[in-house]
Amino acid sequence: GKAYLSRTEPKVLDGRSGEEEEVSYQLYPGHIPTSPLQKALLAAGSAAMALYDPYRHDMVAVLGETTGCLALPSLRDKMKHHPEGYRILQERPRIRLSTLDMARLRGLPPGSLGREYVRFLEDNKVSPDTRVPPKFVDDEELAYVIQRYREVHDLMHTLLGMPTNMLGEIVVKWFEAVQTGLPMCVLGGAFGPVRLSTRKLQVLATQLVPWAIRSGCNASCILNVYYEQRWEQPVESLREEIGILPPP
Amino acid sequence: AAAVLCPVRTPLAHRGGTLRELCGFLRGLAAGPETHFGFQTVTEAERREKIYQVFESVAKKYDVMNDSMTLGIHRIWKDIFVRKMNPSPGTLLLDVAGGTGDIAFRFLNYVRSVRERQLQWKLRQQQNLSWQEISETYQEDKVKSLGDSRVVVCDINKEMLKVGKQKAQHLGYSEGLSWVLGDAEELPFDDAKFDVYTIAFGIRNVTRIDLALREAYRVLKPGGRFLCLEFSHINNPLLSRLYDLYSFQVIPVLGEIIAGDWKSYQYLVESIRRFPPQEELKAMIEDAGFFKVDYQNLNAGIVAIHSGFKL
Repeated sequence: GKAYLSRTEPKVLDGRSGEEEEVSYQLYPGHIPTSPLQKALLAAGSAAMALYDPYRHDMVAVLGETTGCLALPSLRDKMKHHPEGYRILQERPRIRLSTLDMARLRGLPPGSLGREYVRFLEDNKVSPDTRVPPKFVDDEELAYVIQRYREVHDLMHTLLGMPTNMLGEIVVKWFEAVQTGLPMCVLGGAFGPVRLSTRKLQVLATQLVPWAIRSGCNASCILNVYYEQRWEQPVESLREEIGILPPP
Repeated sequence: AAAVLCPVRTPLAHRGGTLRELCGFLRGLAAGPETHFGFQTVTEAERREKIYQVFESVAKKYDVMNDSMTLGIHRIWKDIFVRKMNPSPGTLLLDVAGGTGDIAFRFLNYVRSVRERQLQWKLRQQQNLSWQEISETYQEDKVKSLGDSRVVVCDINKEMLKVGKQKAQHLGYSEGLSWVLGDAEELPFDDAKFDVYTIAFGIRNVTRIDLALREAYRVLKPGGRFLCLEFSHINNPLLSRLYDLYSFQVIPVLGEIIAGDWKSYQYLVESIRRFPPQEELKAMIEDAGFFKVDYQNLNAGIVAIHSGFKL
């Protein structure tokens, strides 16, 4: 009859006493605490899966989270020491369809950041709501930093003028690699091109990547720009302000 | 080594703990008795809902995940299970929580090959008969490749049944197979209908195991057999630690990478720990009225087959 309720508590071994309390140590909604071994396995597995199936964006996200333990704190510090970045960390703005006033942005003059961003979203048929929330970052503030990086990614496409095809994504990855130092960007930039044709590889290697790297080095930290307050600013002026060089 | 395995912790979560407990208690009074979902404590209603969602989410990748987690060994376990069943043609099998059809297909293959051997033996016997006698047997004996064996696959989850039906179509199984949506704790079948009742890797997910066992007893014919294949407990301490390490460190990672679903596989490894060990399950089966209850450990107890008869 009720035998299953009366059984003794499961044996608690060293490894498992950690697991038993895991659920109560969620640092933010969606957080899954992981051991260093699990992070290593996740990093290796997600890298392999992302290469095998490039449509698994969640794997790219997991790779970023599990390998970002050095880059994320340094990004957070860069933000803390900059007045606009500091404000972003305090106010934690989110770029989502529910927070954006699409009609107002569409009504802005052409050439402004808001108008070009909406044009980019519509041309490439993407939405800011498809960004995977972080799961494996073990610090609540760093989780926001990586979330912000993901949401700003589409704005990077807009500022660099790159579409969302494989070529465009690789160029943006190189730019972000220089800017953020995230190993995921470096890996993405280095391994992404294996699926490209030689002609595209040539254009990539000779023109686009050097430009992306130069821009990345020249520009100030892209996470330190409060984009939500600059929708009316013309894209050209914002590019100059950040330090992104004109595209080839 | 323990430090490597322990995840990061902060005291943040202790705030608001007592308030949460109070709310949980009040909720519990409303929603029924408490039970477990992996290592969490939930009400029975919540557990049923959560388990339904787990299988809804994993259905499409169920087979791939089984292969990766067990390195294909689950196929051998299921082969041994059906061989132990040793069904003869004409058997009516009820496979509960049979979702994607692994046991059902193996059953059909088995009875088909037994039937083939039967027919071959019969043919050999007929070598010395006259032509008249042979043509008579042809008429009465419309060659039934399955020999009237039938399997009913019953599962509570629509998604799992859907995957099972697609697989059956893809692999070419049509004869002698039917799919029924049903709850193991309350089966939609009459008393004493089936020769064999099987439940493979399903009883762990049932909320009231005692009810499921009683239902199994009810729908079996006298002389019918109950067979259960399930993850169980390892006695050997070294093997047990290695198994724990693999379960908790590797399996949820595999779930995340292959199926994009960490939580379902975390639930899976936790639910294995929560399930009664071999002797306790044997006692529960005996409580339901079965006789000659016995179990066989596979792989040192990672998996066990329990068997009982309705006499």
